Amino acid sequence: MEKTVKIKVDGLYKTYLDARGRVYDALKKIDLEVYEGELLCLLGPSGCGKTTLLRIMAGFEQPSRGYVAIDGGIVEKPHVKYMILFQNYGLFPWRTVLGNTEYGLEVNGVPARQRKEKAMELVRLVGLEKFAHNHPHQLSGGMQQRTAVARALAVDPEVIFMDEPLGALDAMTRLKMQEEIVRLWQDKRKTIVFVTHDISEAVYLSDRIAIMSLSPGRISKLVDVPLGRPRNRSGADFARVQDFIYAEFEMSIREEIDYYI
Amino acid sequence: MKKKEIKKKIFRPVSFLPLEKIIYPLITLLAFTGIWHGLSTMYPTYQLPSPLDVCRGMMELWGEGVIWEHIRVSLFRFSVAYFLAAASGIFLGLLFGWHIRLHAAFDPFVQMLRPISPIAWFPLAILWFKVGDPPAIFIIYLAAFFPILLTTIAAVRSVEHIYLQVALNFGTRERDILTKIIIPAAFPQIMVGLHLALGSAWIHLVAGEMLGAQSGLGFLIIDARNFLRTDWIISGMIFIGLLGLALDKCMGWMEKRINLLWGHVMKN
Repeated sequence: MEKTVKIKVDGLYKTYLDARGRVYDALKKIDLEVYEGELLCLLGPSGCGKTTLLRIMAGFEQPSRGYVAIDGGIVEKPHVKYMILFQNYGLFPWRTVLGNTEYGLEVNGVPARQRKEKAMELVRLVGLEKFAHNHPHQLSGGMQQRTAVARALAVDPEVIFMDEPLGALDAMTRLKMQEEIVRLWQDKRKTIVFVTHDISEAVYLSDRIAIMSLSPGRISKLVDVPLGRPRNRSGADFARVQDFIYAEFEMSIREEIDYYI
Repeated sequence: MKKKEIKKKIFRPVSFLPLEKIIYPLITLLAFTGIWHGLSTMYPTYQLPSPLDVCRGMMELWGEGVIWEHIRVSLFRFSVAYFLAAASGIFLGLLFGWHIRLHAAFDPFVQMLRPISPIAWFPLAILWFKVGDPPAIFIIYLAAFFPILLTTIAAVRSVEHIYLQVALNFGTRERDILTKIIIPAAFPQIMVGLHLALGSAWIHLVAGEMLGAQSGLGFLIIDARNFLRTDWIISGMIFIGLLGLALDKCMGWMEKRINLLWGHVMKN
């Protein structure tokens, strides 16, 4: 099957001035192509700029040099076709689960009845039909996450950017949500870019993993994950890939130490 | 270990029996009335009437229906001023909170006006509005307006950035950002301002009615002093206190209801 490039990141830099007025690169020369319908993880230690990269891809920040293009069009500002899921969800506390899910349709002029139906369908898809009329503060972390996913899916985006969306969940819920994300991704065939610092999460989810390293933030290695789906976390293959990624990850960190010495 | 014990003591939740909630304040009230009675025997009635005198005074005011007319007038002035203050304070607060430049232009002016007690406006109020309802309404308005304005500005400013980012991502138009994001997100805090202003407005109601007015609870007190009806002065004060308490309770109840409706958790 021919792969079409959905997102192209080309020669992208993000520079900041530090407290002493020196220029430093938070992101240096990022080149990346994300294919249509793939699930790609940006994996890196905290502070490597993976969230910044994601925010630039989603149009929330501007690069200092280079560009991001989706379907050939340069990304300059956020767009409803490219949804970002934030780390702490950003659910509207004054709206119910259903109300949150409806939001995107509502502000884009979908008539009330139609949007209720569509939103309910998505609430059902993420398994929250019993909580449709609850407010976010009455939900567990996992359920809040599901609501955020339903809200993003409601506007039928082409790309979903996920910024460590499972970071705040406990270990068991986290595993469950990883399965859910794969299920939804297989069902909806969206292009997903997922930021994480958890190696096993990256291996479980991704088609490809972009390993990032620190100072300056850059992509040090792009790795294919040669595993079929559904993936078995306790399988030998899984462990092998995970070890491989871990070794790469270590190496990128060691480089980092050398860099300082 | 010791630290832990202290912590335990501080954070142990105290639970009351339902009866206790009534008994404790009742004891305080009885003790207070007792001391008051004791003191009142040492002074002439026009200086300090006994609790019983005041009770009789209250009955008198109540029985003749005088008090109802004063309460009606006071509540009328109070609600007109308070709703004007709420409408203008929230409107301007949203405007200044949202448009940073506008806020920068007006803030020094507002900060300069704010520390001026509404009472300092008395002379102007009289010159501008003569007598009757308007000067009193003006004073009450001033007392309520500033707390509402300032909390609304702060509320808009402190709307969490992430809500705006989400709104932006969904392609929300600016008009919708105001009605669908800013107002609901800021509302609980605006409500706090409304509550504060209620207290401030009620306090200044009495002051406002002491000038130029020929009716109302504030006037009742001043007028009673002219006839040395000290029992009526204290009765008036008690009515003011009780009404203020009732208003505050009403507001608290509404606040709770709205927060529930809005899905905000009360931070207690």
